[in-house]
Amino acid sequence: MREIYLDNNATTKVDERVFEEMRPYFCELYGNPSSMHFFGGQVQKKVDEARARVASLLGALPDEIVFTACGTESDNAAIRSALEVFPEKRHIITSRVEHPAVLTQCRNLSKRGYRITELNVDGNGQLDLSELERMVDEDTAIVSLMYANNETGVIFPIEEAAKIVKKKGALFHTDAVQAVGKIPLNMAESAIDMLSLSGHKLHAPKGVGVLFVRRGTPFRPMLVGGHQERGRRAGTENTASIIAMGKACQLAEQYMAEEAGRVREMRDRLERELTALIPNTRINGGGTERLPNTLSIAMEFVEGEGILLLLSEKGICASSGSACTSGSLEPSHVLRAMGVPFTCAHGSIRFSLSRFTTDDDIDAVIRELPPIISRLRAMSPFGREFLNK
Amino acid sequence: MWDYTDKVKEHFLNPRNVGEITDADAVGEVGSLACGDALKLFIKLDENKERIVDAKFQTFGCGSAIASSSALTEMVKGKTLDEALEITNQQIADFLGGLPEEKMHCSVMGQEALEVAIAKYRGVDAPAHGHGHDHVETEGELVCKCFGLTDVFLKKVIASNKLTTAEQVTHFTKAGGACGGCIPKIKELIAEVLGEEKKVAAEKPAKLTNLRKMQLIQETLENEVRPQLWADGGDLELIDIDGSNVQVAFRKACAGCASSGYTAKFVEQKLRELVSPDITVQEVQG
Repeated sequence: MREIYLDNNATTKVDERVFEEMRPYFCELYGNPSSMHFFGGQVQKKVDEARARVASLLGALPDEIVFTACGTESDNAAIRSALEVFPEKRHIITSRVEHPAVLTQCRNLSKRGYRITELNVDGNGQLDLSELERMVDEDTAIVSLMYANNETGVIFPIEEAAKIVKKKGALFHTDAVQAVGKIPLNMAESAIDMLSLSGHKLHAPKGVGVLFVRRGTPFRPMLVGGHQERGRRAGTENTASIIAMGKACQLAEQYMAEEAGRVREMRDRLERELTALIPNTRINGGGTERLPNTLSIAMEFVEGEGILLLLSEKGICASSGSACTSGSLEPSHVLRAMGVPFTCAHGSIRFSLSRFTTDDDIDAVIRELPPIISRLRAMSPFGREFLNK
Repeated sequence: MWDYTDKVKEHFLNPRNVGEITDADAVGEVGSLACGDALKLFIKLDENKERIVDAKFQTFGCGSAIASSSALTEMVKGKTLDEALEITNQQIADFLGGLPEEKMHCSVMGQEALEVAIAKYRGVDAPAHGHGHDHVETEGELVCKCFGLTDVFLKKVIASNKLTTAEQVTHFTKAGGACGGCIPKIKELIAEVLGEEKKVAAEKPAKLTNLRKMQLIQETLENEVRPQLWADGGDLELIDIDGSNVQVAFRKACAGCASSGYTAKFVEQKLRELVSPDITVQEVQG
């Protein structure tokens, strides 16, 4: 069965060109970039090239790029660094809809005596910047807010948030794992101090991430014991993956216009047609700015896991905000923070597209999803009550 | 992805007996939209009102909830009401070739709906269950507020499935799976069912060895004392332990603080409470 892959916010296909770029660095060009011989030196040059390519995508300087093992490591490193830089400051601000890489860390820190403020979001999943302005104070070490939400695609006004935070002398970090490569970012004209990204969300392999650290931003490493990454992240470089990351960023820069154009058009068509064909739906985050590739659609009276299993029977890969798929028992913290009613939160499905998505993929969902929803609603005690109305 | 058996998948993709029986003899309804799953079970008896001749269901829920409902309706057909009441949630899971432990609550929901239906038919009080609309009126003390589960219901599930950890209780009933506030209470219920008298003091060994005492002092300072001092911008460092005399030095805001005497008393009180009543705390310069 051919897979119709619409779960690109979970992970992406490695672009063939990215794979070709990294392939020689396993069995042939396996040198250590730190070595004094030519064999390691040639790898060092490729790592430098990768660093420049990542920097170019972000509008950053090459020495502002620190390679890590994943987005989660980048998030952890940024927050821990800020707490070490400002040992006297005991306050952290984040939001209720962050990725667990940030949220779990903050909640753990609250048990160690840190004061944590989790900013609320409105029904569209959007921040209220005046709340941020009220909460940030001289005791705030760092504010960490995601650039775009993984479940809904909602984009936060990050530049404005960063400016507010900088006025109070705190550091500003953003988890931009979902945003990089989908919408343009320019660190040269930004107030952001630190920014996380992840390779496998933009067609590089799993196991490589980046933390952008602005020049002049005080930084304390989480991993010590080596001079790599200018002492900001010790450990021998994951050379092949770093080189892949560089290539993936170069390609992302080339395809940025396509994300904003063709990918957005496909997403919009999917949204339009599903809303027309399936009664009682709502678009999570539909009233605010969203990533061009993400559609989170809530369908009343049905439960997400059943939808995903039936879609999977047709080869369609998507994801849900439902409790039952994750092993947890509550619907996603993001949808709950947005106040999505329980009637819909359990039946929320996320379709996330990429530049590899085709019109045929979209047609397949438009064809297969409506009968699946009718079938499950007919089976549900609530769906029937609603259908009989 | 869940590792569902072929039988679970088959019953999910082709569920038996979906629908309603308009002239049903018994109807059992458990769960709600808020809980994330719900089951409405319809039972039709023969003319002597002895055996179940037909059963149908409507389910809102995940794949295993639908498969469990389908299995249940197949299992009850042909049984007398008393025989049907003998069906356990484990038998529903076994019928399907097993369920992932995290999904066992789906089989419990099926068993519960059956009990509710039969109890209603017989005009007796609904059994003490948790799922759903009418749990509030049922006997027992409400333990899990998120899913509305009572101690009577939880103890029954713990006993019949021989559960030994709070995590298992969550997998079987959902209790404690949302806010987690009732997990200590669930542990107490498990202890009760296992026939263990819960004694707080029992956790402390009767006679502390010196080594264990030092460890406990360190743990208490790390976990109970320092976080509270941090909250006020202070800190302390453990300098030495001499028998029962604990020597600490205050740091940051606590150092030179006018009320450090009180802070020392607070530390002493905590250590006496959690380690040993003979402990004294002495502030030293270090």
